[in-house]
Amino acid sequence: MKEKEILDAIKKIVTPYTQRKEGLENFSQKTDFIKDLEVNSANLVDVILDVEDEFNIEIDNESMEGMLTVGDAKNIIERKLASA
Amino acid sequence: MKKRVVITGMGVVAPNGVGLANFEDAIRKSASGIRFEEELERLNFSCQIAGKPQLSEEKIAEYFTSLQLRGLNSSGIVYGVIAGTDAWQDAGLKIGDNEQPDWDCGIVFGTGILGVDKFREAIHLIDAGKTRRLGSTSVMQTMASGISAYLGGILGCGNQVTTNSSACTTGTEALLMGFERIAAGKAKRMLVGSCSDHGPYVWGGFDAMRILPSKYNKNPTEASRPMSASAAGLVPGSGAGALVLEEYESAKERGAKIYAEVLGGAVNSGGQRGGGSMTAANSEAVIRCIKEAIHFSNISSEEIDVINGHLTATTKDALEIENWKKALKRSDFPYINSLKGMTGHCLAASGSIECVASVLQMDKNFIFGNVNCEDLKPEIANLVSEEKIPRKTLEIPTNILAKSSFGFGDVNSVVIFKKI
Repeated sequence: MKEKEILDAIKKIVTPYTQRKEGLENFSQKTDFIKDLEVNSANLVDVILDVEDEFNIEIDNESMEGMLTVGDAKNIIERKLASA
Repeated sequence: MKKRVVITGMGVVAPNGVGLANFEDAIRKSASGIRFEEELERLNFSCQIAGKPQLSEEKIAEYFTSLQLRGLNSSGIVYGVIAGTDAWQDAGLKIGDNEQPDWDCGIVFGTGILGVDKFREAIHLIDAGKTRRLGSTSVMQTMASGISAYLGGILGCGNQVTTNSSACTTGTEALLMGFERIAAGKAKRMLVGSCSDHGPYVWGGFDAMRILPSKYNKNPTEASRPMSASAAGLVPGSGAGALVLEEYESAKERGAKIYAEVLGGAVNSGGQRGGGSMTAANSEAVIRCIKEAIHFSNISSEEIDVINGHLTATTKDALEIENWKKALKRSDFPYINSLKGMTGHCLAASGSIECVASVLQMDKNFIFGNVNCEDLKPEIANLVSEEKIPRKTLEIPTNILAKSSFGFGDVNSVVIFKKI
């Protein structure tokens, strides 16, 4: 799966949880879920579940903890897809 | 000094009407909200009818953000948020434009059990070993205080925000808790009310107790028969009612519409002694509760024009009237009515929905008729003259109304409203 496809999918998934919509305008790998998009920390688990469903992978708690930015998420997804 | 407390806003989500105007229209016309429920038939319930508010997806979407709607599966929260938000707006108060919490505004919004459908979802996932799939919404939709928490966030309340629970007295008790907080000078405004989930997982236990009517599945609107000789048990319902209570001075200052004053009230318990039990009321406690409510409201029993009873359409209706008769000690009897003929028994939501109905009739100068009571129970006819139990809506003004609610656990509450 191409990098851009993964990033587009992440953007689509995170949009409904985003409280700061401006954060979506310059969406990049550096975008921080909590700081830039103001995703409620409780909703991060929902983002993870949606990512799991979208890519048909499972993200363990340890990987989730390191998932602060869009880039982190992309890397985890790529890793899981490669090992699947 | 004790502050005066008035009602400045109301909202309602009832089986026979959603929103104040629709609900008023329904209760004036004796419109029933009791319908046949296919789901209950499929699940082999004896009683396959119930009272469930009719809400479209579009209507629900007006009250929740798209994020809140994701995975929302708690009917009590839906009903409570709609009724509470409507009451707030009816009081002329703004929603969501305060950056800071409003420290003078609080919430007491009760429920019996919340989010049973959401809880069922969670149980299935947990039993399948998929606890991690619950997501973030399971806790807030199933905690009892989920309803006050949702409303607290929507309205930005900074005073006490809590949920009470006392079976079928819940809504009336919530009103009195909010009343006391304002009277004591601890808050200026309290949104009070209650909600009750719908569905087989809420109603099943009542069906199993065999206290629901089983012979009206083909004619649901005739099933709930408070005070009738042919009363066959309570019809389960659901929904929510909400009222904004406000310090009188604050209401005057901002020129708010005042529906009525809350003069006072009382709550107590029969201790499951002296004829009282988990499911039956100790009459002495009921009588005391009525007398205390009258005493704390500084009125005499003669001043009560109308009683809105608990009157669930079980065999206990006559005893309830007898208790009123003993407590009031007057030669005549006030007008008395029960909403449950039209809505069924909305359980934890019943007290608040019926408080809204009570105050609406005071505000609009009518007394709604008792439905399915053509054959008045002889024991009741012996206590009260028939004209005091209207079968059709009367256009009569009310000055003082007493509202009672009683609940499992032998708990009672009575509140007194006055027109000003």
